[in-house]
Amino acid sequence: MTALELRGVSKVYADGASEVHALRNVDLVVQPGELVAVMGPSGSGKSTLLTIAGSLEHPTTGEVLVGGNLLTSMSRNEQARLRRRSIGYVFQDFNLLPGLTAVENVALPLELDGVHAKPAQAAGLQALEELGLADRASRFPDELSGGERQRVAVARAVVGDRHLLLADEPSGALDSINAEAVMRLVHTACRRGVAGVVVTHDAQLASWADRVVFLRDGRVVDQTSPPAGPESLLRSQPRA
Amino acid sequence: MSVKHALLALLSEGPKYGLQLRQEFEARTGEVWPLNVGQVYTTLQRLERDGLVESDDAAESSPQNGFRITPDGEHELQEWLRTPPELSSPPRDELVIKILVAFGVPGVDVHEVIQAHRRYGVELMQQWTRLKDDAAEHELGLALAVDAELFRLDSVIRWLDAADARMRRAPAPPGVRSPALPPRLRRRVGGRR
Repeated sequence: MTALELRGVSKVYADGASEVHALRNVDLVVQPGELVAVMGPSGSGKSTLLTIAGSLEHPTTGEVLVGGNLLTSMSRNEQARLRRRSIGYVFQDFNLLPGLTAVENVALPLELDGVHAKPAQAAGLQALEELGLADRASRFPDELSGGERQRVAVARAVVGDRHLLLADEPSGALDSINAEAVMRLVHTACRRGVAGVVVTHDAQLASWADRVVFLRDGRVVDQTSPPAGPESLLRSQPRA
Repeated sequence: MSVKHALLALLSEGPKYGLQLRQEFEARTGEVWPLNVGQVYTTLQRLERDGLVESDDAAESSPQNGFRITPDGEHELQEWLRTPPELSSPPRDELVIKILVAFGVPGVDVHEVIQAHRRYGVELMQQWTRLKDDAAEHELGLALAVDAELFRLDSVIRWLDAADARMRRAPAPPGVRSPALPPRLRRRVGGRR
């Protein structure tokens, strides 16, 4: 079963009298455990693709399947449950709730899903521990550095039993070492079987992906081939 | 890359054997730039000839000999570490030339050409990133060497992105319009390597 499938997805926004085609007939399949990066310039449709994949928005035409479930055949409640249980989101600006501590932020999706506070907090703490943030659990977002805040956001996105991780420019304004740390976390989550989609214009972030899809004017125009093993790089170095 | 100065740097830590120098060089640079024994040998010979290192056995220098840095060698190393490499004039970059030329060639979609190079660059970056990901935490040399390569490729891709966007906005290929660059810039783009 695929983790995410977009079939012929198009999205048209009305802009006054004219129409804006944000996505045009996009096909995309992401397998469990696969990390896919979607690269493209501003306005290429990257963020629209992500919000449609996460059922935050509906396509004008085409179908979206998450974990084999056709989103259009699900009720609004079922979709909301799918978003809470199966899909994790990481946004550029972290989107942490300022009135909640780090662990409360991470546990929130579980609590919203009906998990009792205690086990939810325990799961939240475990997710923070895995990201090396156990000692920051009771801090509020404004007491954390940018890198720590983004790690909390990643913890929130992977807490519980998530199958699909969606990230929009997840390194935000972080420096390159912190950005790398965030991508390592996303990559590690994918190795454990989570499917990941990262949209970015940053080639360094995209290079963590198993596959990079290039989007331009709402269309998929190209994608990378499966990369050769890194040892090929060393072999190809001239021994001059 | 200056093998000569890298070897001097290793010898500044204390006397070493030729084969040991080769191993340490590769370990420090994350084995990204393999060195062969012959290269180490000829470099050491040259360093010895120039009085920058001394060998145990003055009769015959070979990689099996022990080498130590001389005061002249120390001086040379200190100078080299602080001398900036040539960055001021643009290199004659084959990719830049390809894209500049492609813009004016009839029947060629320059954006497709750009995308082909962008894809290739990202594929290379994926391989380097995988290498870094596989590396153990203590392999600092490897991480630094891979970072350098990733930043270099990243800058190439950023340039391609900027070129792509600029050419989409441009009314016509530069060959069709009058001189594309002022003479001063034209000279610089064709500058030395």
